[in-house]
Amino acid sequence: MADEIVHATGPGAWLGVADDGAATLLGGWSASSGRAHFPPATLCPYTGADDVEVVVLPRQGTLWAWTAVTTAPPGYEGPVPYGFGIVELTAIGLRLVTRLTVAEVDALVFGQPMRLVVDDLPGGLTVWAFEPDEPE
Amino acid sequence: MTGGVEIAGVGLHPFGRFGETTATELGGSAVRDALADVGWSPDETRRRIGAAFCATAYGGVAAGHRVLGTLALTGMPIVDVEAGCASGGAALALAATSLRSGQHDAVLVVGVEKMPKGIIRSSFFEPWREQAGLAATPAYFALRAQRLLREHGLTADDLAALVVKNRRWGAMNPDAMFRSEVTAEQVLASRVVSAPLHLWMLCSPNEGAAAMVLRRSDHGVQLAAAALRSHLPGSVLDESTPLAGIDDADITPPTALAAADAYEAAAIGPADLDVVECQDTDAARELLSWTELGLCAAGDQPALLDAEARGAGRAGPAINRSGGLLSKGEPLGASALGQVVELVRQLRDQAGERQVPGARVGLAHTIGRGANASVTIVTR
Repeated sequence: MADEIVHATGPGAWLGVADDGAATLLGGWSASSGRAHFPPATLCPYTGADDVEVVVLPRQGTLWAWTAVTTAPPGYEGPVPYGFGIVELTAIGLRLVTRLTVAEVDALVFGQPMRLVVDDLPGGLTVWAFEPDEPE
Repeated sequence: MTGGVEIAGVGLHPFGRFGETTATELGGSAVRDALADVGWSPDETRRRIGAAFCATAYGGVAAGHRVLGTLALTGMPIVDVEAGCASGGAALALAATSLRSGQHDAVLVVGVEKMPKGIIRSSFFEPWREQAGLAATPAYFALRAQRLLREHGLTADDLAALVVKNRRWGAMNPDAMFRSEVTAEQVLASRVVSAPLHLWMLCSPNEGAAAMVLRRSDHGVQLAAAALRSHLPGSVLDESTPLAGIDDADITPPTALAAADAYEAAAIGPADLDVVECQDTDAARELLSWTELGLCAAGDQPALLDAEARGAGRAGPAINRSGGLLSKGEPLGASALGQVVELVRQLRDQAGERQVPGARVGLAHTIGRGANASVTIVTR
């Protein structure tokens, strides 16, 4: 479970920081459907099953699709361009829509290892993001 | 009693930008044209039309009442229908059912829209999601385009060729917003909105209206099928724009669901089609729609593009002879009905330079917010 809730609304309910400083994102798991979902919901969004438990999602995944947003969309006051894509959390078979810390599309490749980070935006909004997972 | 539904009259206000002209005025213009096309007098119209269905996404409260009020046609039931890009298809489906059930002998369907400029904003997304930059619709289109190119073995050149095709036909459509041909080089030189999508590969939200009168009859242009479906859950890239999804290899997309319903209702298959109007919100969306509608297999799109470019020996139906949304722009509530107006003109041999010789069977397709997908089949 998240050790600290960093924001009170929207993603704040699912995003936290663990004791070791790593970002933590919560999702849902239904044993009967055998599938993970995000954000955590009362019922499994694929089957309607009510045996959902809240789980900490894997922090590592692989890059499944990506682009860059070059013009600020309506209601958005953060920096542009910014990276936007889908990271596959292969351990649980979940494809997650996410901001990416890299906005240069040519710097990324299919299947690249990615890891979860926290992204602070103007207005006090904190959201999940993924960055390339460089070997240490 | 007859079981057929005839599209007895059609009307269209051109798609574009029209300054201070209201959506109500745009809709009134299209309805007048549709009634004139049927040839009914105002008294006959009031006596025979049993209900009206108004498709709109941004038209606001009682949009249909405002349109019909300007024509002194209130009194009948008027129902506004919102189903995103498929709103017009949804209105047609309801209208057809009200005829086939015997409830009415004739009904009016109208679609109106006056869109805000730029990226489409809607109450669909929670505010935090816009603030987080996770509600940029063209960026979702870009992710889908990137996956399509990878999975179908296509390239950015194929996306550009699609735009060239639609803009070439759009140049011949007096009702389109963009009426100039473009080259692949120009398309690829236009600003990158979200890679791999350039600005000219995306359709423009705009304004317009379309209307039609349907009646119970086995004559004339028949509305053979009007199917509407929503998405099955699980696909991260479908038009329901979820925040996550799962492996979707076995999840049938809403377009394929609607197409299967429509083909079954009309008792035809893709090989029977002469002319198709399909959703081209962006260039990749049209290439994906071809496979979802059964027009070609994944990866075979370049062969169809080449055949279109050569202009002879078509490998399948003529697709988006109106110029598509890439040429016409997309007024959400009016776009699906605008497609059907084009099909009716094709089946009546009234499509001018864009005419597909001998067209007898047409299909119109929309897919968008919801997700909602509509597939309409017309025959003659």
